[in-house]
Amino acid sequence: MLKVFWAFIKKEVYHIIRDKRTLLILFGMPLAQILIFGYAVTNEFKDAEIDILDHARNETSTELIQHLQSSGNFAINEILTSEKNMESGMKAGNSKLVIVIPRDFSNDFYAENSVKLQLIADGSDPNNATTLVQYINEMVRSFKSEKNVSISNPFQIGIETRMIYNPQLISSYNFVPGTIALILLIICAMLTSLTIAKEKELGTMEILLVSPLPPLLIILGKVTPYALLSFINALIVLIIGYFVFDVPIVGSVGLLLLMCFLYVVTALSLGTLISTVSETQQSAMMKSLMGLMLPSMILSGFIFPLASMPMVLQYIGKIVPATYFIEILKAIMLRGAGLNVILFQVGILILMTVVLLVLALKNFKIRLE
Amino acid sequence: MNNENVLAVQNLTKKFGNFTAVNAITFEVKRGEIFGFLGANGAGKTTAMKMLNGLSKPTSGSGTVAGLDVIRQSEKIKERIGYMSQKFSLYEDLTVKENIRFYGGVYGLSRKRIKEKIEQILAELQLIEVASKLVKSLPLGWKQRLAFAISMVHDPIIVFMDEPTGGVDPAVRRQFWEAIYEAAKRGSTIFVTTHYMDEAEYCDRVSIMVDGKIEALDTPDNLKKQFNATSMDEVFLKLVRKIN
Repeated sequence: MLKVFWAFIKKEVYHIIRDKRTLLILFGMPLAQILIFGYAVTNEFKDAEIDILDHARNETSTELIQHLQSSGNFAINEILTSEKNMESGMKAGNSKLVIVIPRDFSNDFYAENSVKLQLIADGSDPNNATTLVQYINEMVRSFKSEKNVSISNPFQIGIETRMIYNPQLISSYNFVPGTIALILLIICAMLTSLTIAKEKELGTMEILLVSPLPPLLIILGKVTPYALLSFINALIVLIIGYFVFDVPIVGSVGLLLLMCFLYVVTALSLGTLISTVSETQQSAMMKSLMGLMLPSMILSGFIFPLASMPMVLQYIGKIVPATYFIEILKAIMLRGAGLNVILFQVGILILMTVVLLVLALKNFKIRLE
Repeated sequence: MNNENVLAVQNLTKKFGNFTAVNAITFEVKRGEIFGFLGANGAGKTTAMKMLNGLSKPTSGSGTVAGLDVIRQSEKIKERIGYMSQKFSLYEDLTVKENIRFYGGVYGLSRKRIKEKIEQILAELQLIEVASKLVKSLPLGWKQRLAFAISMVHDPIIVFMDEPTGGVDPAVRRQFWEAIYEAAKRGSTIFVTTHYMDEAEYCDRVSIMVDGKIEALDTPDNLKKQFNATSMDEVFLKLVRKIN
């Protein structure tokens, strides 16, 4: 049996290295994705253009403006002189935000009265506007502490926020786990479903089924090479994440790899299941893309938070394996969690894998009839 | 040709719900025989063949293929039979040699035996020059003969062919039948389905299936006499008309 298995693996390796499309998906896609997510899709910004309407025009207000510029996050588009011009910059798209500094800014500031700065942000781009306002708040607070002024007004509740595990809200902390989940799923599930569908299309599957090979061995022979390759891919993404995007791995590397392996098995069973219901490569491709890639990207909490979605989508998100895998990855990589913390997610992944495998094998056997 | 039966089935039946795809067929195939299994599309040829190949369990009836019981030993049967489908079923992105090696491996041949088989097949089919070329680059006729040779790589007792000449031009079909004759002469037993009636003339005996039943079974000459026809085409037409 081992010899037959080996013959199968060898054949599969020939297929992979002789097919440019497979090679491209295998090695081009992970690189492209991590670079796109790493450099293009990001919540951070640099040199956001802002306008300032400075009614105070004194030393303190100038210092504040310099402080804002010093961060590198903001660039001053225009210092406005009158309230009439406030909108024009935003309308033209030159500026994203206007800060209005009140006339008695300096006095209030040192008298430790509450200071009222007015921020007017461009709400046509809500995500950006919210982030900008948050950044400005942060800058003003740091300005205060620099000047040794604290809000001592006892009747005011000061909220001090601290983000732990990712204090600077670096987006790579989010996209590296997400990319691993996506890549493993696409490579394992899509390529296995494609390769099995291809054998059906060519008619070679028929010959294999008439041969003495047990169906389980046929499936194993087909998926093992892809399992190994996608595991290597996960390692590549982890390494790029660690060295290029500075994503830490706080928890146990062994546990992390074990979880990757579990998820690879989940994805492989999904791919096999898809292949049992697809007669052609094209249909396998469509099913993998629509049924796996989109939900895993959008409903897994990778890009958009699940909690803010309608209930229906939240439920769909709960049956997407990537949702749990991303939680596991973040827990281990960023929070250094051990197995005891992620037991629930691991349990669900194992349960999904078993159900998918049973379904796939059953379906595969029915096809034999 | 001797009288030893390589295949013998009695009242083999397959039902899908209320539909009877194969209705109590009884026949045998002798060693070294070329047995033609004819019938229109949907007559039940493929279903019958799947039962004989161990892919599908009969609803009722009994029989043996290559000395093994079709119901109890269907898995074992797979080791002793060869199979070739109308799609030639070679891996186009593997070379000629790699294809032979892979299928040899699938049937559990030893490394030494695979080596011998590669040499033998390459020499017989005169494919030595293209042994390391991808199958993709071969002409259709060569692919078909290679697929045939590979279906016999493990020296099966009987080879099943499902419309092996479907969609192939007459010259190539002619060539292919010569290869079948060669194999039969060396003692292989061939079970072939086809819907080309002229090909039926090449078979030692033919059976004609209509609506799940075998309605006629004899040598082509005897069938022509029986139906007072000049060609197998006419036999087939008369038979179908008689029944409907």
